[in-house]
Order: sequence, then C-alpha cells, then structure tokens
Amino acid sequence: MISPVRITKRDNVPPRKTAFILTISIVLALIFSGIVLLFFDLDPLKVFGTIVTGALGTPMRIEQTLIKAIPLTIASLGILVAFKMKFWNIGGEGQIMMGALCASYVALNHGDLPPSVLLPLMAAASVAGGGVWALIPAAFKAKMGTNETIFTLMMNYIIIKIVMYLQYGPWKDPASKGFPKIPSFSENAVLPDVFGLHIGWIFMIVLTIAVFLFMGYTKKGYEITVVGESLDTARYAGMNVPVIIMVAMFISGGLLGFVGFVQASAIEKTLTWGLSSNYGFTAIITCWLARLNAITTLFVCLAFALLLQGASYIQLSMNVSSSIADVVQGVILFFVLGSDFFLRYKVKWVGLKNAVEARVYHD
Amino acid sequence: MKKRFLMIVLAAIMVLALSACGGGSDEPAAPPADTGSGAAAETPANEPEPESGDPVTVGFIYIGTVNDGGYTQAQHNGTVALQEEFGDKIKTVWLEGIDDTNTQAASDAAKQLIDQGASIVIGTSFGFGDALNELANSGEYDDITFLHFSGSYINDHNLGNYFGAMEEPRYLSGIIAGLQTETNKLGYVAAYPYTEVKIGINAFALGAQSVNPDAVVNVVYTNSWYDPAGEKQAAEALLSQGCDVITQHADTTGPQLAAADAGVFAVGYNLDNSGLEGLEDAFLTAPIWHHEVFLKPTISAILDGTWTPESYYGTLADGYIDLAPLTKNVTDEAKAKVEEVRAQILSGEFKIFTGPIEYADGTVLAEEGQSLDRGQIWTIDQVIKGVNAPE
Repeated sequence: MISPVRITKRDNVPPRKTAFILTISIVLALIFSGIVLLFFDLDPLKVFGTIVTGALGTPMRIEQTLIKAIPLTIASLGILVAFKMKFWNIGGEGQIMMGALCASYVALNHGDLPPSVLLPLMAAASVAGGGVWALIPAAFKAKMGTNETIFTLMMNYIIIKIVMYLQYGPWKDPASKGFPKIPSFSENAVLPDVFGLHIGWIFMIVLTIAVFLFMGYTKKGYEITVVGESLDTARYAGMNVPVIIMVAMFISGGLLGFVGFVQASAIEKTLTWGLSSNYGFTAIITCWLARLNAITTLFVCLAFALLLQGASYIQLSMNVSSSIADVVQGVILFFVLGSDFFLRYKVKWVGLKNAVEARVYHD
Repeated sequence: MKKRFLMIVLAAIMVLALSACGGGSDEPAAPPADTGSGAAAETPANEPEPESGDPVTVGFIYIGTVNDGGYTQAQHNGTVALQEEFGDKIKTVWLEGIDDTNTQAASDAAKQLIDQGASIVIGTSFGFGDALNELANSGEYDDITFLHFSGSYINDHNLGNYFGAMEEPRYLSGIIAGLQTETNKLGYVAAYPYTEVKIGINAFALGAQSVNPDAVVNVVYTNSWYDPAGEKQAAEALLSQGCDVITQHADTTGPQLAAADAGVFAVGYNLDNSGLEGLEDAFLTAPIWHHEVFLKPTISAILDGTWTPESYYGTLADGYIDLAPLTKNVTDEAKAKVEEVRAQILSGEFKIFTGPIEYADGTVLAEEGQSLDRGQIWTIDQVIKGVNAPE
C-alpha cells in the first residue's frame, strides 16, 4: 500500500517525549470536548472545573470517587495479570459476577455466622468462584489452543444469565411481592467501614502492592511475563507453559471474583445481575493505560474514577444531560488512548513522492 | 517507572490547572446551593430549618430521561409544576437515567443530590427504594426528607412513600379496548411479573371483560421498567398473535409506536400522547399521573415543618391519577360507557376489584359481592381468568 506516512515501532521513548505527547493529547481532548460543549451552549472551562470540584470538592464527593475507584482498581489488577501474559481476558464481568454469586451463596445460607468467620468465607468463595470461572477458558487455551478472547467474552453472558435466572426464579425474595430481587444480606455479611469508607479501600492498596511485588519480584510473576513476551522462549527455558497459563488465570479471575465479593457485600448488600456495573470492561482500558504496571494502575483508576464521578456531578450541577457527559468522557478517552499509539509507534511524514519511490525500490 | 508516574502527574497537573481557571468562574454560582444544605447535612443539630430566603432544594432521581415520552416525562411534568408553584422558594434538581437494578446507582444519586444541597430527595422508581430506605435509616441523613414513589418503605421521621390507584383508570381503558377490539385479543406489554403490574393487568382485563366477555389479554414481560427497544419488540410479538389493541405497563412510547405501525389501536401509559406524530390514528387514551397533586401539598407541609411520614395513595377522585382525554379514535359507545363507570367510581358506588373474580388457576380472588380494599389489592400475586401471562 502506498501511504505518505510511515509507521514504525518505537523502542524507547524518552520521558520528555512521553510527557510532550501526553500533554498534547490531553490538550486536544480538552479542546475537542470543549467544542462539543460549545455546541450545547456550555462554557467548557466551567464544565472541566466543575468535573474536578465535583469529584474532590467535599468529603462526600471524595468518598463517592473512592467508592468507584475501589472495584475498578482491583478489577484492573486482575485484568493486568492476564494481559501481562498476553492472555486477553475479556471475561472480567463474568468473573466478577461469579465471585459475587459464590459470596452471596455463602452470605444467604450462613448469614448467622459471626462476621469474623462469614466475611473470610465469602471472600474465599468469591476468589475460588472467579478463579474457576477464568480457569475454564485458560484450560481450553492451554490444552487446545482455543481463542481466549471469544471464550472469556462468552463466559460473561453465561454467568450473567445464570444470576438473572436465580434473581427471577429460585433465589427471588419471597417478601418482594413478585419483584425480581434477591433478599438482602444479614448485617454480618456486610463489610465494615474504616475511617468512614468501606474497608475495600484497604484491600485496594494492599492488593496493588501485592500484585506489583508478585509480577516484579517472584518467579511466577516473571514466568507469566516471559510467556507473554515469547512462548518459544518460555518453552526453551523449560517452563511448564500450560500450568503457568492456568495459574495466572486463576489469579486474574480470583481478583475479579474478589471485586464481586466487595461490591455484593459493601455496596449492594445482595446479589443482582447489574452488580458488575461494567467494571470488568472498564478495567481493560485502565490497566492498558497504566501499561500493565500495578502501581500506575492504582493512579489511573483513581483518575478514571474522578472522571466518572465528576461527569455524573456536572449532570446535576450544570444541568447537563447525561448523554453530553458521556460524550465528553468518550472524547477524553479517545485522545488519551490515542496518545498511547503515538507512544508506541513513530509516525513519520515521508510525502507521497518518497512513498512511491520506496515502493518502486521494493518492487 | 518514573516515566509512568510522570504521565499521571502531568495529567493531574493539566486537569488541576484547568480547574483553577474554571474554578474561578464556578465559585460565585455554586456557593448558595452548596453552603445551604451541604452545611445542613454535616451539622445536624444546629440548624434543621434552612434560612428563609435560601431556596430549599428538592432533588429527584429518575430512571429514564425527562423526554422519554412516558413515565419519567410524566414524573418531570410534576417536578416542573412544583417549581412553578413555589417559585424561588424551592429549587428543583434531578438526575436522569439512574439504573434501578442496583443499589449503588441509586445510593450514589441520592448522595449526589444531597451533596448539591437537596434537603428533600425523591426517588421515582421502585428499585430506588432499598437505597433510600438505607440512607433514611442510617442516622446520617436525619435532616433530609426522603420520598419514594411506588414502594412501601416508611419510617417515623424522614421517609414516606406515595402511589396511586392506577387500577381505576386502567379499568376504564380496558372498557374502551374491550369495545373496540375485533379479534377479542388485547396485548399488554408489561415490565415485571410484580404485584403492581399484575394489579394493572387484572384491572385492564376486568374492564375489558365487563363489556366483552370474550376478550382475552395476552401479556409479554420485558423484565425492565425502561427499555425502548424491548418494549417495541414485545408489542410486535403481541401483534403477531393477533392482538388489535396494545397497552402497556412500561415506560416508553415503544408499544404505542408498534401498534400505530401495525395500524391498530394503542392505549398508552403515563402521558397523553395523542399529539405525538404517527400516533394520530392509533392513540385511544392513557392512564396518566398528575404527580403535582401529591407533590405540591407534601412539599408545602415539609417546608412548614408540619409533614409527617405517610403512605399516600391518590385516586381518580383526588385527581392524582386520571384517564387522558379520549381521542377521536374512541367510539361514541365507548365514550358513553367510560363516562358512566367513571361517575360510579368517583361517587364510590363502584370498586374495581368487586367479586366474583377468579385467578387464572381457578382460585378465588374476590367472592361474589366482596370488594377488595387497598391492602387486599396489594396482595394480588396472579393474573385473573382471561389473561394469558407467562409465569
């Protein structure tokens, strides 16, 4: 194909260049979303300012921002482990649901156990559930080389439909007059608050550090990275690739399952088929933006939660319709994700003439 | 590592820098609302009543959009009327499109409204009930008044609920459908197999059967209150079964548009859509809400400090609910019959659920001569004879 631009992969981008490209992308994002806002007769500067004050302006807003950051971060950590291995786990939603389902099963049937026993049991059940749900596509990939993207994606729908079935059928609250909802958990099954926010924020920090150390400083973490970089190298080094794939996916699914537990216990206080709230999908964006680094993931997720909270805030404070807030969010994401391309690849204008000449030489 | 940190820090700096520019112009506008109740929420004991002069903020949580042509638009009409009534004494704010299938969404929305100064929070979908109940009873929001539409949660200080006897206009609309059907098959697009919905289906069927004993009602559940595409598809399924009048207990105009496309009649819900383009020859009428009839006196009582939690149930006689004006598509015979029964309902002479009524499985809902009261109506858990509904 003849093209006036030439795209080549970058090896190492100097920090200054990274900063430059990122700054440009953010400026462009703000300019373009500003133009969108102007179309709707809104003052862009005021909107952007309000997004920040809306996410951080009062203790309550900060709390709301963090409540969104907690599941997003833990889910991103789970996705990160799989992506590091270049195992495209698109099944985060399903693994969250499976974790929530298992935790809910424990909570609904053993709600009278003391919290010190019940909550760890729920957590263990959720990790096992999410892990096993991820292990299924992993086993098929390891043994039969199936395509994990499609496989994990489809697993989402299966579990969401199962939860829907339970919610509309066998697990329906008899006291709800036929409305399809599952009974609320007992008090014992609800995660406690620490400093005014549910304990999930501590899990978020601990897990971030744990995943960072695991990926960077343990043998398994190293093996996962090697499998991701080159299967042949891994095999040549004598690594047991199928086992590594399955272990990594169990950890990935387990973390996502844990998100299900946190959301079911601390937020919903029951199981509902809308529980995963797209965190499993959003996590793909955030961990990718964080270049699959656990610590960076935490900060990207905090920034992302800020954007989510701020966008819902402007809807109210500035009377902006929810769709416009979505558009602004989409534009910002488009540019920030787009900048990633320029960080990884070099795009050079060679001009049409040179391109044709190059083509002639090649032929 | 350093590189990545730089990315984030830079992003943060950019955003903050912009916020600084934006913040300047934002400040003058924000404080009146913010200080008004943000402070009230944090210091409960000091000043329960807002200073006079500062408008009281009333916050609404909506499941759909304010122009959905149905449920949420009807709710919002009430909000607009409320604002007009109280002028600068109140400020109405709202959040649209809040998911009512998970507690977090509703709880976030309520907190958001409170954060922006709302001292009255009104959740207008059944699924918001759990979140409102939890917040109202948490002890953290004792200064906030919570009102929930269509639920039954109530407490002794800051949580009440409201709803209406929709069975009355639904029965009347059933009369029209029963008289104007040729296939004797009426289609009902329904949200959930939940008591409120079954009450409506049964009332509609009773109305139709009262004038046309052969009329049957076919029901399709969409399992969502608000699903424009799903509602239209459900209506199309009913049309393919030969239904020639379509009605609905779902939020959007989808079923009405599907009926109009197929050239049959539609009984809407929530709003008078007779003026909507494309519905001219299809729209018969609709059971509708006049939310301002509840909201005006209630908000007034809250402002005066005389409000106590109640479980309001507005009727046709109260004007809280009604049947939209009958259009040109309604026959004179049906018009006359509706007027007759309407007068009987208004005078109290006729109660909708008056026996003998049997459930579809043959068990008795009401004995000969027995009339169900509100409490009994709200125990309905099945559809009646003549209704085909999936379980």
